[in-house]
Amino acid sequence: MLHGNFRRSLLIASLAIMGAVGFGSVSAQEKPPLRIGFGMAETGAMAANGKAAKLAMEIWREDINAKGGLLGRKVEFVTYDDQTNPSLVPGIYTKLIESDKVDLVVSGYGTNLIAPAMPTIMQRNLTFVSLFGTAVNQKFNYPRYFQVMPNGEDPAVGLTYGFFEAAMQASPKPTTVALVGGDAEYPALALEGARINAKKMGLKIVYDKTYPPNTTDYAPVIRAIQATNPDVVFVASYPPDTVGMIRAANEVGLKTKVFGGGMIGLGFAAVKKQLGPLLNGVVGFELYVPEPTIKFPGVEAFLKKYQGRAEKEGVDPLGFYLPPYGYAMMEVLGTAIEKVGSLDQGKLADYMHKNTFKTVVGDITFANNGEWKVGRPLYVQYKGVQGNDIDQFRKPGKAPIMFPKDLKSGELRTPYEEARKQ
Amino acid sequence: MDISFDLLLNAIFSGLLLGGFYAALSLGVSISFGMLDIVNIAHPAMVILGAYLSWWLNEKFGIDPILAGFLLGPFFFLVGNLIYRLYYDRFEKGGGGDSLRGLAFFFGILFIIEMILILAFGVDYRNVNTSYTDKTISFGVVTVAYRLLIPFVISVGLLLVIRWAFKKTYFGRAVSAVAQDPLALQLMGVNPVKIKGYAFGLSLFTAVVGGAMLIIIQSVQPSAGREYIGLVFAIVVLGGMGNLTGTLLGAMILGVAESMTATFAGPSWAPAVSFGLLLLTLVFRPQGIFGK
Repeated sequence: MLHGNFRRSLLIASLAIMGAVGFGSVSAQEKPPLRIGFGMAETGAMAANGKAAKLAMEIWREDINAKGGLLGRKVEFVTYDDQTNPSLVPGIYTKLIESDKVDLVVSGYGTNLIAPAMPTIMQRNLTFVSLFGTAVNQKFNYPRYFQVMPNGEDPAVGLTYGFFEAAMQASPKPTTVALVGGDAEYPALALEGARINAKKMGLKIVYDKTYPPNTTDYAPVIRAIQATNPDVVFVASYPPDTVGMIRAANEVGLKTKVFGGGMIGLGFAAVKKQLGPLLNGVVGFELYVPEPTIKFPGVEAFLKKYQGRAEKEGVDPLGFYLPPYGYAMMEVLGTAIEKVGSLDQGKLADYMHKNTFKTVVGDITFANNGEWKVGRPLYVQYKGVQGNDIDQFRKPGKAPIMFPKDLKSGELRTPYEEARKQ
Repeated sequence: MDISFDLLLNAIFSGLLLGGFYAALSLGVSISFGMLDIVNIAHPAMVILGAYLSWWLNEKFGIDPILAGFLLGPFFFLVGNLIYRLYYDRFEKGGGGDSLRGLAFFFGILFIIEMILILAFGVDYRNVNTSYTDKTISFGVVTVAYRLLIPFVISVGLLLVIRWAFKKTYFGRAVSAVAQDPLALQLMGVNPVKIKGYAFGLSLFTAVVGGAMLIIIQSVQPSAGREYIGLVFAIVVLGGMGNLTGTLLGAMILGVAESMTATFAGPSWAPAVSFGLLLLTLVFRPQGIFGK
């Protein structure tokens, strides 16, 4: 009898233990994945960057899943190609939220593709971390918007301030400036900021015009600028026009003290390869360069992983411009989820407003409008670039930093017509 | 702004060179749209395909992109021939009247080309640096970039050769005839489908040469062709449908208008001036400046 009771007790205890362990493990295994949705430019004009950003975000997803995921759930992405077409964006986000029922959404790449998502996001009070949107929240004033690009609290002004600070290092100090940019959203904002900064620095604006984005020959634009004889030439451009303007400046033999500006594309390996020595003397905008003064914990390890896969994926082989920030955007979201311990949109937004995030692009603290509290675009002057081999940019010295001052790693060479020969 | 003589002269020359390049892009459309009445909206995408293949030949074998363009030409000619046969079977056979579906067909080709380029070459910008890409030559006060001068010379040369062939050869006269009266041509014992296939192949030949020129002028990405759709059709209409000399001159008028506007009024006005010219032409001379 005692023996029978013991056996029964043993059986019950065994079942209880098996149940606890077994059901427990089944429950962990069956935890649904945490699904993050976004649209991304995988085709169209911004696809080169969009695909690079997506690869960076995939690397983050693999890294976080290797650590056990978020809230004990594996992270999955639900993505759609927005085709660099702003009109598709509202539909994509509506589908992600209403039909795919993702847990969270983040943005695709770029101002033009972030802004159209905003009404959909705001209607549902979602927390929205975005990638490289210039002043998107200026008109929306949405309190749950957070942007990952180091423009500073006033993006339009912060983005171009560094260029003017760098230009004013010229001796004698410049007194006049020509402003030119493409007819598109980003250049328009950059030019708006440039006008404010030029005024702040006491520069007289002698040329202020825009050009259509599909311009083929930029030589007439450069000649028209040269006719006004400015000390500084500021250009706000997308990659194709960045190449066109620099080529035209070399062909026309532009004579000015400082030439450059908010020229997107200079950070891309393809543009660096294309322009090669034509880059010399240009004061341009970069987000990461391997200069000794700039060390973000984890960025080199990330770039090693990224560069190892970039060629196979057919994206930017250096990955200095957008990819670290794509990874950092996900780090911000991941850290907030872990610290808050839930997916409560309000709590996530509160946490993001109140805390500083350690990321592969350095510390990020958000201002009330969701921009970085302190901006940090890098303005560099290309020097000693020889040939078109992109490997030379993996080492320090080819793009010394002129601004910000705490990261400065070289002295400005002027005038441009002399600097471009070095 | 003061209008100096140097600035004016440079603006005119820049515009002429630009127009020469635009003519190379539009030549194929002038043949397919102007002569064969085929709205090949995918022509600029084929230009980009030509640009990528020229780039690839340059990367792999170091062949000059322009030479690569001419080497690829016969292949594009054959592909064009096949595309036209398919187009004819589906949309023209039995009296036609299905031009909207034909337009959708070429839209489909446009998207397929873009997707193939993305899958094969990725989405990064591609370009070719040749020994002459960044060099310039000066004629007095006028400075000209080789990357625009060489396409200009080749474009004008190609156009003159094709124009001569259309006027002096049996094939050329047959193409002109098929554009005017295919039934009469058939009654003369000539197969209009075959002739139109060859002519469409020729239009694709010019697309690949145009693409080879494009890749030395600026970097390209798979969807770059979309930016040229409006421009090439505007040039063909402005110059006169199917009039090859008109295409060249129309392209130069738009090129000079664009360059002068960019220099003296502000570059953002350039498209307005160009398309304003087109509108005025359509109002006062609907057959194009130089007629059909």
